[in-house]
Amino acid sequence: MTEKTTPAEIDFFNLEADNNMEPVNTSRRDFLSKAAIAGTVTIAPGVLLHSTAHAATSGNTSTKANDEEVSSKNRWGMLIDTAKCASGCTDCVDACNEENGLVGHGRPATDTQYIRKVTLKEKSTGHELSLPLMCQHCETAPCADVCPTGASFVRADGIALVDKHICIGCRYCMMACPYKARSFVHENVENQKLTAPRGKGTVESCTMCVTRVDNGGIPACVEACTAENHNAMIFGDLNNPNSDISIELKNRGGKQLRPDLALNTGVRYQNL
Amino acid sequence: MTRFLRTLLVLIGFTLLSTSALAETPFPTVHEPSDESLKCIQPEDEMRRNHMNYILHERDETMHEGVRNEPGSLAACIDCHVEPNSKGEIAGIDSKEHFCNACHQYASVQIDCFQCHADRPQKFIKRSSHSSSIRDQLEKTLATHDASSEGVNK
Repeated sequence: MTEKTTPAEIDFFNLEADNNMEPVNTSRRDFLSKAAIAGTVTIAPGVLLHSTAHAATSGNTSTKANDEEVSSKNRWGMLIDTAKCASGCTDCVDACNEENGLVGHGRPATDTQYIRKVTLKEKSTGHELSLPLMCQHCETAPCADVCPTGASFVRADGIALVDKHICIGCRYCMMACPYKARSFVHENVENQKLTAPRGKGTVESCTMCVTRVDNGGIPACVEACTAENHNAMIFGDLNNPNSDISIELKNRGGKQLRPDLALNTGVRYQNL
Repeated sequence: MTRFLRTLLVLIGFTLLSTSALAETPFPTVHEPSDESLKCIQPEDEMRRNHMNYILHERDETMHEGVRNEPGSLAACIDCHVEPNSKGEIAGIDSKEHFCNACHQYASVQIDCFQCHADRPQKFIKRSSHSSSIRDQLEKTLATHDASSEGVNK
């Protein structure tokens, strides 16, 4: 048995400690939507067109132009319904490995995982939960806090990344991450995917398929889960009240893992 | 006098050796894309001298700000310049035939980009599916841990 795929012996997700998780901080979202309305009234026609174009979209995918910078207008997130996540199903993990060219070396303790399936068991009742666990894309990310070079950072739109150009492979971020979401590349890598550069001596984790997202797509795991009709994962803009994910969160709620750490994660779970 | 002659001979020998060594590594020529309608973003002289600056600039903008307009991207370089030879073989970065490596070997400058980045256009890379082996591993690990998950708290 390996450490990485083992559910923690302690209350890893702190599920019992805090069931009254703070809801998504909506104050900024409200501010933004109000600001957008004010903008449409007062600003010049060119800008008005721009803001209506944003308002018209669903907020489920990015609409930014290729040469446009990402901004904090968006916050990309995922919502995972554990009730729909079947034990033993690894469709999301397979899609992730395929998308990012992740190859195992038969050493599960150190082989790269962007997503892993975790099974939780209620000891007294025997009730089991299965869920995919990946980088939670925290707003205040511990990995970025401890990084000595600035290689770990959170993009303006909420996606936590490693800039491997300046990563020195110290692995502080792996220690700091409460979700064990990061892996270190121990081996030389060949035949990388165009959209997933990765190499020996750097730390890596789920990128929320950042190239797909920038090009108006959705992450490979969500795509696979939906394509296989499991529909356990939703991707979208947490800052846009009209996005599927925001509507679902508003109607049925969603929990963060380890809410006591106040990291404001971008990945939320239902039916924990 | 004999010492002088000997020195002269040695000097002549060195000159011959070094010229023959030079003759073996001709100045690399740029591989023109087979599609003649494709033009590089800058003239050849400019690109020979300053290509790294274009790539570096794009690198930080893309990584940190998500700006993904193509022209100066490494992927766009590779897409045009790295093509299969007449036998249909496509050289990887370790080969002298590779577009980047041809010059970098000549100039004796180490190239680190391809420790992480794809060195060939994706359309030319044949992949075997690795996900099945990873899936097997995962299932094995899950099975082991199911068998011993007695003491796991929810």
